[in-house]
Formats: sequence, C-alpha cells, structure tokens
Amino acid sequence: MGAAPASRDVISYGMGLAAPLALFFLLFFVAPLLQLFWLSLHNDTAGLHWGLGQYLHFLTDPFSLSVLGSTLLLGAEVTAVCLVLGFPIAWLYQRVGPKLQTIIILIVLLPLLTSVVVRTFAWIVILGRQGIINATLQSLGIIDTPIKLLYTQFGVVIALAQVQMPLMTLPLITALGRIDPNLDDASCSLGAGSWRTFFKIVLPLSLPGVIAGCTLTYAAAITAFITQSLVGGGQMLFMPMYLYQQASTLQNWPFAAAISIIFLLAVLAVVSVFTTLGRMSRGYGGV
Amino acid sequence: MSGRKSTLEAFSFELVMTVIAIIALILIIAPSLVVLIVSFTSGFSLRFPPPGYSLRWYAELWNAWQLHFAAKNSLIVALWATGLSVVLGVAAALAISRSRALSARLLDSLFMSPLVLPALAFGLAALMLFSLVGLPVSPLTLVFGHTVVCVPYVVRNTVAALAQLEPTLLESSAVLGASRLYTFRRIVLPLIRPGVIAGAFIAFMSSFDNVPVSLFLRDAATDMLPIRMWQDLEGKLDVTIAALSGVLIIATVALVAVMERITGLSRRLTS
Repeated sequence: MGAAPASRDVISYGMGLAAPLALFFLLFFVAPLLQLFWLSLHNDTAGLHWGLGQYLHFLTDPFSLSVLGSTLLLGAEVTAVCLVLGFPIAWLYQRVGPKLQTIIILIVLLPLLTSVVVRTFAWIVILGRQGIINATLQSLGIIDTPIKLLYTQFGVVIALAQVQMPLMTLPLITALGRIDPNLDDASCSLGAGSWRTFFKIVLPLSLPGVIAGCTLTYAAAITAFITQSLVGGGQMLFMPMYLYQQASTLQNWPFAAAISIIFLLAVLAVVSVFTTLGRMSRGYGGV
Repeated sequence: MSGRKSTLEAFSFELVMTVIAIIALILIIAPSLVVLIVSFTSGFSLRFPPPGYSLRWYAELWNAWQLHFAAKNSLIVALWATGLSVVLGVAAALAISRSRALSARLLDSLFMSPLVLPALAFGLAALMLFSLVGLPVSPLTLVFGHTVVCVPYVVRNTVAALAQLEPTLLESSAVLGASRLYTFRRIVLPLIRPGVIAGAFIAFMSSFDNVPVSLFLRDAATDMLPIRMWQDLEGKLDVTIAALSGVLIIATVALVAVMERITGLSRRLTS
C-alpha cells in the first residue's frame, strides 16, 4: 500500500500514517464502547448474571420509550428549524461582498465557539419569567401575567436551534460556494425564475452540504445535555439526562449501559438514513 | 449578472431569503448580547433590562476561586487534547484522504463517528473501562477522552483541505523531480495549513467547552469549567455566572478576532 510506484501514485500517502490514531481509537473509543455493550447484557448491577433484562425493561417500559421518542422528535424539530433559517444565511453569504461575508461568518462562528453553558444561560435570561420576551410583551400590554416559555418544548427547540445553527450553516456555505455561479445565470437567462432556479439548481447541487449539516445538527441536538436539562427543566426528560440519572444518581450501570446502546443505535439508524441520502445526492452534487 | 426575465419574481425571492437570513443572524447573535448586558446589572436578579449597571458581579468573580480552579483545569486539558488531536489527526487525514481502499473509508467513518455518536454514552463507556482497568479519573483520562471527541474536527478539516488540492500540482512537482517529502513540505503543507489550523482551533474550543465526556471523567480534584457552571446554574440562577459568561464571550470574540487577523479564519472555515 505504502510502497506504491511513485511515478503513478504521487498524491496518496501510506495507510501506515493512520495507524497511531487507529490504535488510539481502538484503546480509548472502541474498547470502552465494547465494554459498555458487554455490561448492558447483564441483568444485575454487579454484572454477574447474563441476560437481555435491561433491554427488555427499556423496550417494555412506556416511560423509557416515550423518552426515546421525544428525544428523536426534538432532534427532527431542531434540524428543521436550523435548515430553514440556516439556508438563507448561506445564500446571503454568497451574495454579499467580502467584508460582509467576513461579518456573517464571524456571527455564525461566534455561538459555535462560545461555551454551550453560556449560550444556554442566555436563553434562560431571555425566556424566563422576568426575561426579555415576557418583559416586552407585558410592557406592550399584550399579556398580563408572564407566559411560560422556559421549561417548554418551544423553548428547548428555539434554544437548541440557536446553539446548533453553525453546524448547519457552515457546511451549507461551503456547499453553495462550490456551485458554479454561471449555472445560476445560465438558468435565469434560459428563462427560469429565481424561485425555480433555487429549487431546481441551487438546492439539488447543495444537497451534500444540506445532508452534512442535517446529520451534524441532528446528532448534536439530541445529545445536547446542557441545553436540554437547563432549558427543558425537570419536567422534560430526554435520553442524555435519563442516561445520566441512571448512571450517576442511581448507579444502575447496566441499565445506563443499555440506554446508551439503544441511544447509539437510534442515532446510527438516523445517521445511516442521512448517509444513504447523501450517497444518492452525490449524483447531483458531482459537478 | 445576466438579465432576469421577471424582476418582480426575482425581487420576491431575494426579499424572502434576505429577511429570513437577517432574522436568523439576529437570532444567533442576540443571546450573547443579552447576557453581556445582564452581566453588568447592579441588581441581584437576571431581570432584563437590568435596573441599573455596575461591575459588582465582575468583582465578585475575582474572588470565585472555585471557578478559577475549574477554568485552569479546563485550559490545561484543552491544550493537551488539541496537541494530541493535531498530531494524530493530520497523520491519519493524510493516509485516508486520497485512498479509495475500503480500509480508508472504514477508518474515515471510525474517526468521524465521535461527531455523531452521543458523546454522553461514550463518556459513560470511558468511565466504565477506566474503572475496570483500575485507572483513576485524572487529567490524563480527561485528555484521552477529550481527544477522542476533538480529533474528528482536525481530521475532517484536514481531509477537506486535502480533497481540494489539485492533483496536477503534486504530479507536476513529482515530474519536476521533487521528492515526496519536499512536495509535502513545500506544496501540500502550505495548502492544507488553513484546514489544519481551523480544525485545531475548533478542537481546542470544543474541548474547553466539553460537557458530556467531562461529566463522567472528572472529579472534585479535576473540576472542569462548563460542569462547574452547569452545576451552579442548576442550583440557583447566580449572577456571578452572568459575569463569567461575559468574560467568556469577550474572550471568545477576542480570540476569534486574533485568529481572523493572523490566519483569516473565516475564509479558511468555508473554503
């Protein structure tokens, strides 16, 4: 592999360069996950009796299933909001001059690089009873008493959408930047309107970016422990907090392990759907 | 630009897209501004707008030694995790980026998987394994755990940069008699440096901000800043946290500005 004839293969490097990271992942990523799986196959907390009891418990327990369902739904809602809001940002980015481009990118990057606790904290301030939304609505006389925004599904979705927006927008900007601007002009000069050009040319060509963005946003949204727990509050339980409670507070490691495995499989299923879509879309994107 | 058939139709499209984009940009930036303003409050609550302005909570922050301790730990772990990520990640990216072999594609998926797999599950798994082999939680276990979740950023950005390399450049270099190493140093490295720097920077920030792995792999002796802040917020809505948030926001803006100046970060992340 590494000793490919230099005359032909001058652009690839030996696979040996990947060995250190592969070994590191084997030790500190694959091994822990295998151990997690092994522990999930035990019926007692001491890990002595083999069995599928933990999985049966989860899959027959309506409460556990509802936690899983609401987590997956939350991810879908956040991803949809991010796509609808993120795409126009990426579009605008391609339309403005270099100075504005830099400003847009910095605005998009800022939340990505700001601590997630800080971003979530901001939403507590905004959505709270004395927060900016309630204060504005009250001073305008639209409402008398503060409405509940914090600890609601709406609050969690909006906060998560803001927190994860960069993960959607950056791949979109990259994807749109790769589209030949002449195609846009060609489409328009051949008589297609702006909307039609957008849906028939720009959107299909940017599909790889859309799918990359959706995958990252979805995966990040459903595992966003901090935002879910602080904005969602005690009444709303999602998989990460459920897992954490079982592992840390209740010390029920085998059940926590089973929750983790089920969560992992659920995420993998969603990601592989996105990946399959991505592979299909490459027919479009491969200009 | 060529002439458009229907200017009204084009106008409606541009208007809708621009308005949504501006709303989205405001939505992105507003929370940070709100926190900045609230952090200067003179009151005891997080009321917005604040009843008055003062620096009292920043002064309070000066004495918050627990936060100082956690911040120092987070910084040290982030620096080590970033260093390790760059060394391991760039080498791996070189190996897998241009290879069409099945092994390369499998490795690529493996290295990227921490980005999409629930990090909390990995955090729990790492804790279980470390306790099984008798390795106590320490800064070292934190660095290993963080590297796993940070290295994908380095790999992805480096692979992306390598993918955009013009193969003919490398071929010309080889044809002109340059050795592989020379071509790497003089052609490849300068061209992929943007990707590597971008990846390293994001890796650092995501390690400094990591919650799911730190949640399981830290203890009182290795308290990490985001966890400390989260626990403070769970207990009570402390205005000191607003001041700390203010410091972190300003530090982030400053850091991004410096990176932008030195490396043109914004171009490099979207190239």
